[in-house]
Parts: sequence; structure tokens; C-alpha cells
Amino acid sequence: MFCVFLLGAGDQELFRSLYTTLAQQLPREPMEWRRTYGRAPKMIHLEANFVQFKEELLPKEGNKALLTFPFLHIYWTDCCDTEAYKGSVKEDMLRWQNSLRTHASPDWVIIVVESNDNKKKNKTNILPRSSIVDKIRGDFCNKQNDRCVVLSDPLKDTSRSQESWNSLLLKLRTLLLMSFTKNLGRFEDDMRTLREKRTQPGWSFCEYFMVQEELAFVFEMLQQFEDALVQYDELDALFTQYVLNFGAGDTANWLGSFCAPVRNWSGLLLRRPIDMEKRDGIQRGEASLLDLRSYLFSRQCTLLIFLQRPWEVTLRALELLHNCVQELRLLEVSVLEGALDCWVFLSCLEVLHRIEGCCDQAQLAANCSHTVGLWAYATDKLKSLGELCGLVSEKGPTSEDLNRTVDLLAGLGDERPETVHSLQSPYKKLKEALSSVEAFERHYLDLSHAAMEMYRAIGRLRSARLVGKSLAEFYMRKGDAERAENFLQEALKSYVSEGWSLPVTHTRRQIAECQKLLGRTEDYLQTSALLAGDVNLSTEERKHFCQEVLTYAGKPGDQSHKVTLSMSVFTELTRLQFHPAKASVHSGAVLQVELTLRCLMPVSVHLQQLAASIHFEVNHGDTLRRSKGHQRQTNQGTVEFSLGSSATGGMPASALVPSLELDEVQDRSPTDNSLNSTAVVCRNTHLLMRLHDSSSSSSSPPDTPNCINAAPVAMKEGAQMLKVQDVTLEPGNNSIILTAPSERPGTYILRQLCVTVGHVQFVLPHIYPSVQYDVYSQEPQLTVEPLSEPLLAGLPQMVKFTLLTGHYAVKKGDALQLSNTETMPVFPSTEKKAKTHRNTLVGESLLSIQASEKVTSISLPPTPPYHTLEFQLQVLCIIPSGSQRLPNERLTNGEVRHRPRSYSHPDTPMAAIDQRMSIDCPWSIYSTLLALTFYIPFKTKHSLLSAGNRKYIQVWLRNVSDVNFTLADVKLSEKQQASLELQSLNTKTQQLLCSRHSVFCLWEVRWKDDLPLCLQCVFSANFSPLNQDVSAFKPFHYQFQLERVPTLYSVKAEIFPPAGEQHCRSGLLCGLEVCITRLTEPAEAELAEDSKTDSDGLKTTKLMYEVADSSSNWAVCGRSSGTVSMPMAANATHKVQIEVMPLFAGHLPFPKIKVLKYLPHTPSTTIQPDPDSCLENDSLSLLDKTLEDQGDTASIRSRGSIHSVGSNEHQQQRSSTMPRLEPFSPGQVFNHSQSQQVLVLPAADDHIIEVNAT
Amino acid sequence: MFGDSIRKCLAGLQGTQTWRVGIAVIAKENYPLYIRSVASQSELKFHYTVHTSLDVVEEKISAVGKSLGDQRELYLGLLYPTEDYKVYGYVTNSKVKFVIVVDSSNTSLRDNEIRSMFRKLHNSFTDVMCNPFHNPGDPIQSKAFDGIVSGMMVQTG
Repeated sequence: MFCVFLLGAGDQELFRSLYTTLAQQLPREPMEWRRTYGRAPKMIHLEANFVQFKEELLPKEGNKALLTFPFLHIYWTDCCDTEAYKGSVKEDMLRWQNSLRTHASPDWVIIVVESNDNKKKNKTNILPRSSIVDKIRGDFCNKQNDRCVVLSDPLKDTSRSQESWNSLLLKLRTLLLMSFTKNLGRFEDDMRTLREKRTQPGWSFCEYFMVQEELAFVFEMLQQFEDALVQYDELDALFTQYVLNFGAGDTANWLGSFCAPVRNWSGLLLRRPIDMEKRDGIQRGEASLLDLRSYLFSRQCTLLIFLQRPWEVTLRALELLHNCVQELRLLEVSVLEGALDCWVFLSCLEVLHRIEGCCDQAQLAANCSHTVGLWAYATDKLKSLGELCGLVSEKGPTSEDLNRTVDLLAGLGDERPETVHSLQSPYKKLKEALSSVEAFERHYLDLSHAAMEMYRAIGRLRSARLVGKSLAEFYMRKGDAERAENFLQEALKSYVSEGWSLPVTHTRRQIAECQKLLGRTEDYLQTSALLAGDVNLSTEERKHFCQEVLTYAGKPGDQSHKVTLSMSVFTELTRLQFHPAKASVHSGAVLQVELTLRCLMPVSVHLQQLAASIHFEVNHGDTLRRSKGHQRQTNQGTVEFSLGSSATGGMPASALVPSLELDEVQDRSPTDNSLNSTAVVCRNTHLLMRLHDSSSSSSSPPDTPNCINAAPVAMKEGAQMLKVQDVTLEPGNNSIILTAPSERPGTYILRQLCVTVGHVQFVLPHIYPSVQYDVYSQEPQLTVEPLSEPLLAGLPQMVKFTLLTGHYAVKKGDALQLSNTETMPVFPSTEKKAKTHRNTLVGESLLSIQASEKVTSISLPPTPPYHTLEFQLQVLCIIPSGSQRLPNERLTNGEVRHRPRSYSHPDTPMAAIDQRMSIDCPWSIYSTLLALTFYIPFKTKHSLLSAGNRKYIQVWLRNVSDVNFTLADVKLSEKQQASLELQSLNTKTQQLLCSRHSVFCLWEVRWKDDLPLCLQCVFSANFSPLNQDVSAFKPFHYQFQLERVPTLYSVKAEIFPPAGEQHCRSGLLCGLEVCITRLTEPAEAELAEDSKTDSDGLKTTKLMYEVADSSSNWAVCGRSSGTVSMPMAANATHKVQIEVMPLFAGHLPFPKIKVLKYLPHTPSTTIQPDPDSCLENDSLSLLDKTLEDQGDTASIRSRGSIHSVGSNEHQQQRSSTMPRLEPFSPGQVFNHSQSQQVLVLPAADDHIIEVNAT
Repeated sequence: MFGDSIRKCLAGLQGTQTWRVGIAVIAKENYPLYIRSVASQSELKFHYTVHTSLDVVEEKISAVGKSLGDQRELYLGLLYPTEDYKVYGYVTNSKVKFVIVVDSSNTSLRDNEIRSMFRKLHNSFTDVMCNPFHNPGDPIQSKAFDGIVSGMMVQTG
């Protein structure tokens, strides 16, 4: 409100009526307020307060008051009479002006009211209407014409009057604003100057406070609350800075008054717009810190509420309260204990009441987050007050407490008049709460629940639980353990699920206290066990809790009732180890399980019993149905158990997500081991599924070692158990060995673990990952293997018999019956001992072997089940003597004969023989068939050599084994022809045959009458490994057959030099004479076979000769081949002349001359040239009509001609009708000129000349 | 990790000893990865305070997440003041929270300094995470990180 001072001359009543209109009309229209220092212009409504002018009201020099400052002086006049003006009015105006000038108030305006009535009244002195105004303007407004305004007919409702009103209002607003801006600027400048003086001694904050607050008031009046708030905030900050500086050692004198001991703690007062009481105190410099802060805040609160920002009030309030407490501490102001609590409590409630007063319920509910801090703070403070005044204890307050209460209440003073009639005022609440234990409890619970509700509503569950915990502590003090436990459990749940170990320990300890009070033995023991293993506690405390458990356990009494607790709190199963490691034993064998338990107790604990229950599964004879996962798990016979949260530090259960454990399961057919089905199995579905459930509802955390209260776990009484009695667990790792039952074959799965200590049982409900062991039953098994590789045929070899007894116990008299075979006799070994094994040598016993004609019986020594019996036998594999290619064997019907057959082995050059053994065992009605593979150490080849009519047989023997042999008594014999004599040309009787070396042996065949066509020969030799005595010699036989032995033809070639030459010359034609002579009379078979009767009665056969030079030494001129007809009589000769030309000089070998048997075609078939017959010789007369086929096709075929047997029917048919060539067997044709050479001279002499020239 | 100190503080929680500064790193799942305070007497209270502050951290994260999406500021500012201390929060992009608790009487610390403390903490934390031998999710047991935290405590304390 602007003070406008008025001075009027004329009708005062009229003026007064005009003021009211003016005061109403002035704020109607907003004005744009342009501000200094670049602040944004604002539209403001100006309001004015009209005050009668009095000289003494004019501001004195140095007046700081802005509120009462006269911004504009108005002089009213309705004078329309020049005389009157001149006479009195002007003088009056002058006086007015002078007094204004003396007080430096340059803002004024003169309003001249004109009315027709006045004019009419003063008819006599009619002057031009404007004259008075002009006069005034001339007298006073020398340059400011706008300082004189005319108001016409103000009381009439004419347009003229309206117009003049409007212009007057506009003028007034403008002038007023101008003056205001000018004065405000001056004021602000002054204020700043004052502020800059704050470092000077004697500067007073309170004084400055009043000045700046003046500014704030002005802004508030102008409805500029924002600006007003800024003023208070600046003051706030300035004061805060001083307090901080004080803390830093920079003391201002004026702060002294604020350091006075606090005497009043009545809390904030927010119901008055301005708390004049406190303001006066500040003005007088008597205010305490709390007073100043309270006043400042109440003003800020008022402005914020004007600004519709109630939530900022709550935030600032909280900040203020915290800050005040800190500041008092910093300034070391002495405060009665609890006084600040009272002040804070009252203030909190006052702020909340104030906010409730200006907001509706819905708004409040939606903005809990802003108020909840105050609620919680108030709760906190009330609680500490209650503790201070002895209202929380079970017994009630002592007299000392009561005295303290009285002191505290005294500091509250009287209730403020504003709230005297309110039933729920903070003052009344506090007074009531401190008056009695019951009232305190009621109020405290109200507040706590309100705070908790609000925290819950806005989702601050942790904060809610913390309030709950505080409430629990209250209940504990009151001895109400049951309610306390509920709150504690809820809090514990959240700490556990989020893995905050320290709060967990603390809360759990409180719970233990509750449970003890409530007598909930089982829960208490569980919690105690948890605490005993809690590393956050001191050893003494852990021992205490451990003792609690042990004391209960050791209490004499009813043994049938046992308390079952979760094992995880007591001890951890860290490792499980099987001995033997493969975790698979035969039935009845000893299997030990070693458990590694980490005992979490601080002291050693004696266990009555430790037991592991077993689930037994019979394997349905399907031993293949074993998952790979299981095999992997028990690979080393050790299962490591991943530890719970205790090992991983603070990690909560929710962070430990078990990984998926997948196993492959294959189901194979028991008969042929073929795959029936395969599947993937998840082994830990129960964990994963449960985890999923719990994560969806966060209220139930998964079952972990850290759990609040392990669910009661029942030990399933299994039929079979691993047990150990009376063990003492030391703190830390313990190793306990259990013996596992293994009577029945099957799979044993360890399910639970249970530790019994007196009345207390600790149970591990699931052993995870699952642990199992297998007990199997094994069939007896007999195997035979060579003692040394390879087994050589023909020599005695040692073989090892191994008998795995399995479930069968070998009794006395049990014997193995070996069926004898001719090809492999069994010899008793020199060492007739059987060894019994069971991992290590158990025993040795003599073996008795009895051989009869058909069987060899080996009596076994008595052997317990699941032992290994080993003995050795000597066997000999007789080398089959037949040649490797027995033509009859395959051709008969293609069936393989059931005698040992040698075959070539891919790994070794030696031919192999598989030898079967059939053994009858006492445990089975079936014979056991075993196979041994022997290798023949030799390879043999034979060949027939001829020299004219004389015949030689050569045998080639190669040692293909790795052993060196001595060879003796090499012999060759003929089976059929007695007249035949084979004369050995071998010199040595004994010779060395080294590994990978060969020996050639030669015999000459001599005969008396006729040399038979076919010879059946047997090569025999004795051999023994090198350096063994004569007795070790073993025979080796080699049978073979030689066919077409006699020489039929001899071929003799001669080369004649050209006529007149002594020697052949290269490039000159020579004559080649081939002489073919029949040496023997034809045998009968031959006659029948392929001869024909010539026209002159002589038997002839057709031969084909061919001269071929493979090495291009000779050029054959003319016919190189041809057929000759040979009479089938001894000494029949046929000569052929051929011209050949040597191509080189030197000793040239004779061209090769081949003689072949010529078989003419069958005349019945059509004759056509056939490219397949590969005869391109033109001399060969294919159309020879005299040719007569006498051989029948079958016999030709049987002889195995070059046109092979295996060709198809069509081909056979065709070939049989074609003329064919058939080679002679190697011994049938003897070539005299084989490898004979002839000297060929160089062609001409110029050759020599050429040499001379060069 | 939390040492022997709890023994004392469990004995008397009501004591009003304050810590001068405390630093905590909290995993995404809200369990502590690292927690350390200067004055060990009130370690338990410090734990409770940090745990409770997660309420406000979560509130702030969700509020920011709604409005700005990815463009969020990691520094959460003052989470809440209490009579004795101020709690500041910071959250990494992987939702790991840093909480610094400063004694209210420590007026020399400005917002900017707190910010830079958080940044330093974050850098060091990143180094820890880059260690191939560190299993993310395990409590931090790094000497380098310890050193950084100790340095900050000395500086602020």
C-alpha cells in the first residue's frame, strides 16, 4: 500500500467521497512495472492508502521505512474562482510545496476538480474555465504540465466525467509507479550499502534484517511473493553463512545474542501471517537462534503457501529442523537435554498441521512422500523423549525422570492463543504424551504406524521396515516380545534377501532375544545356531549362542522328542569323496564315503550320530542306462558342493541363480546295444522351479543358509543309512569316513544328511548336486591273450588265461575243459602256477592240467568272487602245409572249409591264422569260444627251371617275421612218382635265416623212363629260433604242384651276316634262322587234346612263332611272325628264315622269339575279323579251310586260357570260335638262344673318316 | 569384510557417535559390494542408513527413467538429509549404486566436490570391473579401489 498524502482546499466532503472511488478504481488496471538492474518487467496492480497530510508525517532524513513512505502528494482543489485562488489557494499551495521540498519529496500532483455546480454558483466571476488550471500550471508546473490534472464533474455519470476519471487514474498510476520505482531503487541501494558494511564492527544482523524485511513486505504487498521470498532466503543464507563462519572460527559480535542458552522450545508457529512477538524480539536484538529461525521460517512458509507450494514447505521444514539442531551444536548453545527434541517434535507437527490446513485429504495422500519425512522425524524425536523421560521402560518413570519431564514442559511455555481451543494441537499432544506411560505409548504408536503406512504407500519399504525395527525395539523395552518379533522378522527378511550381513546379524540377535523371552525353543535354537556360526559376532558371543544350543541338547529328559534344525546353520557339507574313487563296487565290497564338513560352530561339538540316508534303486539289468552326467560327477570320486552365501561374502540368495544342469540319457536295447531312445534330463528342476516361484513373489525368499527360520525339516527314516557314531566336530573342516552298504546290486543315491546332538538334530534335507554310487554284480569272464605279440605259428607260444571270477566263487574241483583240436595242441606250461589277484597279488597255487584225447582239463584253485585268476599255457599252431593257392578249394562250391585258413593281415607281411578254442566253464552250460591269431613266419615260392631236357626245381623261402631262425634238413620229395629222383644241389644242412631275409634251395629232377607231366612236391624244413637246441626244431612243410613239366620244343636261333660279310653290320640286313625242334614223343593227353591229323597221316600241331624286339635293337623286315605246323613226333624240326636288320653296332642280344600254341577256330561259326583277337599279322590265314577244330570247347576252357574264365557267356562263346593263342608253360619250351649275343659292326667306313677329319 | 568392529557396535547401537564419511557400492540386486565408513563405532548404523537410502535411490531412478529415458544423469544428488548426516547417491548405467554419506557438520563439502568424488569412485569401480579375474557380482576386494576410497575419506574427513 502506498501512502499518499493529501491536502485539500474546498469541499472536504466531496473530496472524501472521491478518495473512496479513487482507492477502488486505482488497482483495477494493471501497470507495467519496469525494474532496474535488468530484472524482468512485471504487471502490477497498484493499491493506495490515502492519508491526510500532516507535516510531522513527512519522512525524516535517514528514514528507512518504505512501508509508510509517502510516495505521492496530492493537492486537491475545487477552486474555480480566480480571486479565491489568488487570495488563499495559491499561498496554501506554495506552503505545501515548500514543506515538500524541505523533506525531499519531489512527487506530487495537483488535482483540480471542476463541476458545473461550482460554475453556476460563481456566476459572478466567470472566467474562462481553463484559467485556474492554467494559472496553477503556470505557477507550479513550470516544466511538468502533467502534474496538474483536471477532474470534471466527478459525481456525475456522464461520458465527460468518465473520461476525466480515466485520465486521472492513468496519471495517478503512472506517477505513483514512477515514484515507487525511484524510491524502491534508492531503498535497495541503501540496503546494499548497509549489507556491505557487515564486516565492520558494530554491524547488527537484526538491524539489517529489519531493513530487508521491509523490502519483503513491500513485495508482498505488491503480491510479488516470489520477490518477497527471495528477500527472506537471502537473509536465511546470510545468517547461515555467519553461523558457518562462526564454526570456522570467524566470530561476529552480534552472534552473541544468538548463543544465549535456549530457554523456550515452543516450536514453530505458522498460524500467524507475521509473528509480531518474535519480530519485536528480533528488532530489539533479544531473539534467540530458535526464535530467529522460527520467525524466518514462518514468513517463508506464509509466502510459499501464497505461492501454492505447500510441499516445498515440508522439505524446507525438514531441512530447517536438521539445520537448527546442527547450528545449535555448532554455536555450542547450551540446551536442556530433550529440549531440542521437544522443539523438533512440536515443529514437525506444526508444519504438518499447517499443510493439512491448506490442502485437502486427497492432495495429502498423494504427496505422502513430502510429509513422511516429518512424520518419521517426529516419531523419532518422540521416541527419544520417551526414553529420556522413562516412559518406555517397563517400570515407568522414576522421580528423576519426572523432574526432567517437568523441566521440559516448562520450556514449552503457555499454549499459543491460536490453538488453545484446538483439541489436537501439537502442544497438547506433547504435553499429553509426556504425562503418562499409556498416553506416550498411544501417541508413539500412532505416529509410528502413520509413518510406516506412508512409507509403505510410497513404496519405501526399507524405510518402513526401519521404522518397524525401531518400533520393535520399543516393544522389546516394554517386554512385548511377540509384537517385536513380527517387526524384526519382516525387517530381517528384507536384509537377508538383499544380503546385508551386518543388519542381518544385528536383527537376528534381537530376534533371538525375543524368541528366548517367548519360550519358542525350536526357533530360538535355530536362531542361536545361526548366530553361533555368524562371523560378524565376537567369539564370546558365538560361544554363548553355541552353548545355548548345546545346553538344550544335553538336557536330560524325554529323548523321543527331538528338535530338528536345518544343518546349513551348523555345518556345511563341502566335499564328498568316494573310496575307491570310481564309486562303483561289486556287491559286498567295501565302499567308503568321506565327507568333508565345515563346522561353523566356534567350539568343538560332540555328535552322537551322523547319518546319511540313502535311496536305493535297482538297476533293471540295464547297466547302460547311466547318464553321462553322473559319470562325470563321480569321475574323480569327489563331489564338490558349491557353498551358499556364507562363502561368497555378502551375496544374497536372490543373486545366486543355479545353472541349468542337463544330462544326456541314452536308452539302449539290452540285446544288440542299439539306441532305443535318447533324452535330455534337467537334474535340478526342483531348484529352478522353486526359485522361479519365489522370485515372482518377493515376500518369500528362497531357502538358503541365511534364511530367517529354516522350515522344519523332517529326517526321512530310510531303510538304509550310512552311519557313524560319536564323532567330534572341530571348528573348521572335518573329515568323516562312513562305510556305505553294498549288499544288493543297484544304485544308491545319498539323499539327506542328519547330525544328532542330544535332543537336537541338524538335517540337510537335500544333498545337492546329487551323489550316488553303484553296486554291481558281474558275470565271470574268461579271456585269453598272447604273452607276447605276435603269436608265431609253428612254434610253441605262451598264452595267458585270465579269469575274472565276478560273482562266481571258484570251488575246489572246478575245472576248465578245453576241447582239443588237431591244429592247435595245448602243452602244459613249464610254470604251472596260477596267480590270484585282487588289485594286488593275493595268492599263488599250483595248477594241475590233465590232457586226454579230446579235452584238456585244467583244474582251478579255489578263488573267492571278484578276484582275478591268471595262468599261462603253451600252445602250438600247426602251419597248414598246403600251398597258399589251393585251386580246388575255391572251385568246388565256394564254401569256406571249416579248418583254420590263413589270410593276409593288413598290419603285417605275415599271413595270419585264426585259431578258435572252445572251453567249457563250470559256471555256464555254454562253451566259451575264444580266438587266437597266429602268424606264419615264412613265405614260400617255387619255380621250375629247365635246361634243354633237364629240369630243376627251385624253392624260395623268406622269413617274414622279426625272429631269426636256424633252418635245417631242407628236403624236397615227390609224392607219386617213385622212379623220380630229386637230387639236392644244396650244400649246407643247417643255415641261418635272418629276419626279412630269404633262402633259395635247388633240386635237379632226374627220371628213368618218362618225365611225368605233373609233379606233386613237398618241401620240408626244420626250423627253430636262433640259438636254441636241436629239440626245439619244428617242421615246416610246403606243398606244391608242378604241371606240364617236360620240355616239348627247343627253339634255336641263329643270325647270319649278309653274304660276303664276316660280321653283321648295323643297317645291313641279316638272316635270322629259327629252328624249332620237337623233343619228345607226344604224350597221350596231348594227342587227344590239340593235335590234328595231317593229310599224310602224320599228327601235327600248329605253333605260332613271333620275333619281337622289345629294346629296338633290331628291325624285323617282312614277316615277324607266322604259324608253323609241327608234326607230333620227336625230333621233328621246322626252320623259319626271317630277315632282320641290326640298328646299332655292338654285341646285341638276339631278338626275342616267342613260341605260342595256335588254336584254330571252330569252322561252324561265321568267320569275321575280330579286333579283340589282337592278331594283326596278315600272314595268319584266318580263312584256312583246312583248319579243323578238334579240341572241344570245354577242355579249352578248363585249361584256363588267356581268355579268362571269368568273362561272360557271350564272350566265351565268341572266343571259343575264334582262333586263339595259348602260351606254353615255362618248362615246355626251351630257348637255346636265350640271352645269346651277336657282334654287330658299325655300318660304314666314312664313320672312321669322319673321326680322322676331326 | 566387515571386520571386528561390529562387536562393539552391536553392544551399543544407541550411541550417537557419527561417522565422518562413509562410502558404499551396492550391486544392481541391492546387496553391498563394498561398504566402508571411517568411524567404525557406528558401522552398523551406517549399514542401516545406506540400506534405507536405497528406497530413495530406487525412487529417483524410476522417476528419471520415466521422464528422460537414456539421457539420465548418473548423479542423483542429495538423497535425503537427516539430523546427523547427508546421503548422496549415484547410479551407474548398469544400475550399480554408489552412496556417499557425509556428516552434516561437514559443511565444507559442496555439491561439485561430491560429484567429483562419485566420478572418481566410478572410474575406479570401472577399473575393478575390467579386471579379468574379478567376477562381476562378487564383493570388491581391490587394493586400488581401497586406496581411492581411503584417499577420499582422508580428503573429506
